[in-house]
Amino acid sequence: MDVQTLQLKSVAYRKTILEIIKQSGAGHTAGSLSCVDILNVLYNHVMNVSPENFTDPNRDRYIQSKGHSVEALYTVLADKGFYSREALATLNKYQSKFIGHPTRKVPGIEQNTGALGHGLSLAVGTALAAKKDGRSYRVYTLLGDGELAEGSSWEASMTAAHYQLDNLVVIIDRNTLQITGRTEEVNGLEPLEDKFTAFGYAVRHVDGNDITALIDIFVQVPFVPNKPNLILAHTVKGKGISFMEDTVKWHHRVPSDEEFAKAIEELNLAEVKLKAAV
Amino acid sequence: MELVLGKPNQDVFAATLLELAQHDSSILVVTSDSRGSGKLVPFGQTLPDQLIEVGIAEQNLVGVSAGLASTGKKVFAVSPACFLTTRALEQIKNDVAYSNNPVRVIGISAGVSYGALGSTHHSLHDFAALRTINNIDILAPADNYETRQAVLATMSHPRPMYLRFGKRAVYDLHTPATPFQIGKAIQLREGRDVTFIASGETVAPAVMAAERLSAVGIACRVLSMHTLKPFDVEAVKHAARETHAIITVEEHSVFGGLGEACASILMQGGYHVPFKIVGIPDEDTVTGSQAEIFNHYGISAEGLAATAQALLQVEPQS
Repeated sequence: MDVQTLQLKSVAYRKTILEIIKQSGAGHTAGSLSCVDILNVLYNHVMNVSPENFTDPNRDRYIQSKGHSVEALYTVLADKGFYSREALATLNKYQSKFIGHPTRKVPGIEQNTGALGHGLSLAVGTALAAKKDGRSYRVYTLLGDGELAEGSSWEASMTAAHYQLDNLVVIIDRNTLQITGRTEEVNGLEPLEDKFTAFGYAVRHVDGNDITALIDIFVQVPFVPNKPNLILAHTVKGKGISFMEDTVKWHHRVPSDEEFAKAIEELNLAEVKLKAAV
Repeated sequence: MELVLGKPNQDVFAATLLELAQHDSSILVVTSDSRGSGKLVPFGQTLPDQLIEVGIAEQNLVGVSAGLASTGKKVFAVSPACFLTTRALEQIKNDVAYSNNPVRVIGISAGVSYGALGSTHHSLHDFAALRTINNIDILAPADNYETRQAVLATMSHPRPMYLRFGKRAVYDLHTPATPFQIGKAIQLREGRDVTFIASGETVAPAVMAAERLSAVGIACRVLSMHTLKPFDVEAVKHAARETHAIITVEEHSVFGGLGEACASILMQGGYHVPFKIVGIPDEDTVTGSQAEIFNHYGISAEGLAATAQALLQVEPQS
């Protein structure tokens, strides 16, 4: 899929994310906006996964450890054809299968997540199984940066390096914010590159909201043979909506009618600009 | 009847698993520096490609096991029960049970197997913690036969499971002809005065208590309730209808385990029978070996016989 098409998809995805959060009255707004470009490139350009091959043992796997940004994942999976966009109208509603964190009740979801610090171990086990079976699939997992305070992620990192899982791609949504404030003020994470390198990863940086840069970085996997891959994706929380960007309060705030209208207007404008550029 | 001492259940677990795994390469054991305690050294030597070591990291142990199981592997996550079901409880709840990855979670050196090592090493909470989690079955085999049957049964039971095994040699209680079925209690003795409903390594003292009581004319039914979930509700109801008193026995806190599971059935079923829960009370557990701790809390032939005699003097309330 070409870059412009993907960029337009990102705009559309952002609209859907805001629409379903607005409609449901709950959701993790800014974190979904920060990671949606990563999901876009993974699902539409990188991974070998679709509704048709979802039971194929050779499919690529995506495990979203930062489960709270589920609106981005549900949105992309709808566009991939796992279910209709209309189905998302039930998000968080009574008896809906679209729970506020990823669930295997929803087609296309690999693992139930939501408690932080779980996805990486799951991904390590899944990648280890590929090595055992000589399968070529890759396992992608997305972690939040605030999530890295969970010690279990570091336990899993040791195992990823020990078993030389170069089929594992760990992506950190490094938007520098968590629910309370700046990650560096809450419980400092830096120097992250040094930490991950010391834990045995081949580390790369990318602008996690730049489609072209994302495409380029995923092409380079495996970065170093026999080392797990780690991408520090520098993103902006609330990306794409001027008044949400890099703001703590939008972690799980639902836009008012006025804010929603303004956000959609900004996205419409972005869409017009992209189309004009084509 | 003289009971014959067998092997530790966790030895039988390891031997049975090795036997199965030699014919099934999809069987994987995942350990957290626990292969020695789990008697899995021969497994690792014989089938090195089927043993995955993750170091002393129980959360990672369970998460990695769940990931492996999601690809169709038959995974046994083996670690001391005390750490496994406390530190990794969230991984058991979410990554195994909730995500429905059919890991066989194996708690070794369970209950007070580690005796004098203290409460850090005791698992007296695992039944209670796991009973409240949807989609995980719980087994506590009593002897070597039940252990082997339980391990064999996991092969055709692709659901998340927790099995707990102790590290001390246990008495053989069954013949090879005894039917074993997950969720179905095994009756070891029949009597109409008292029913002992016991699980795991407390079944043997219950059998010995029944023997002792028969000498004074008290006839006991003894049930091995090897499965805590799904629970054999009917066996409890039958005991309430057909015998005069019920005593539950478990190597677990008196809170939230076998005893309270039975109490719930009795109360909600409207059964009024003298009833006693024997287990480890809510206190700083006494220092000692497993046998000494059992004796201290009345989980012994003598202690359980005395409990039964005291209970039979209580008239059921009308």
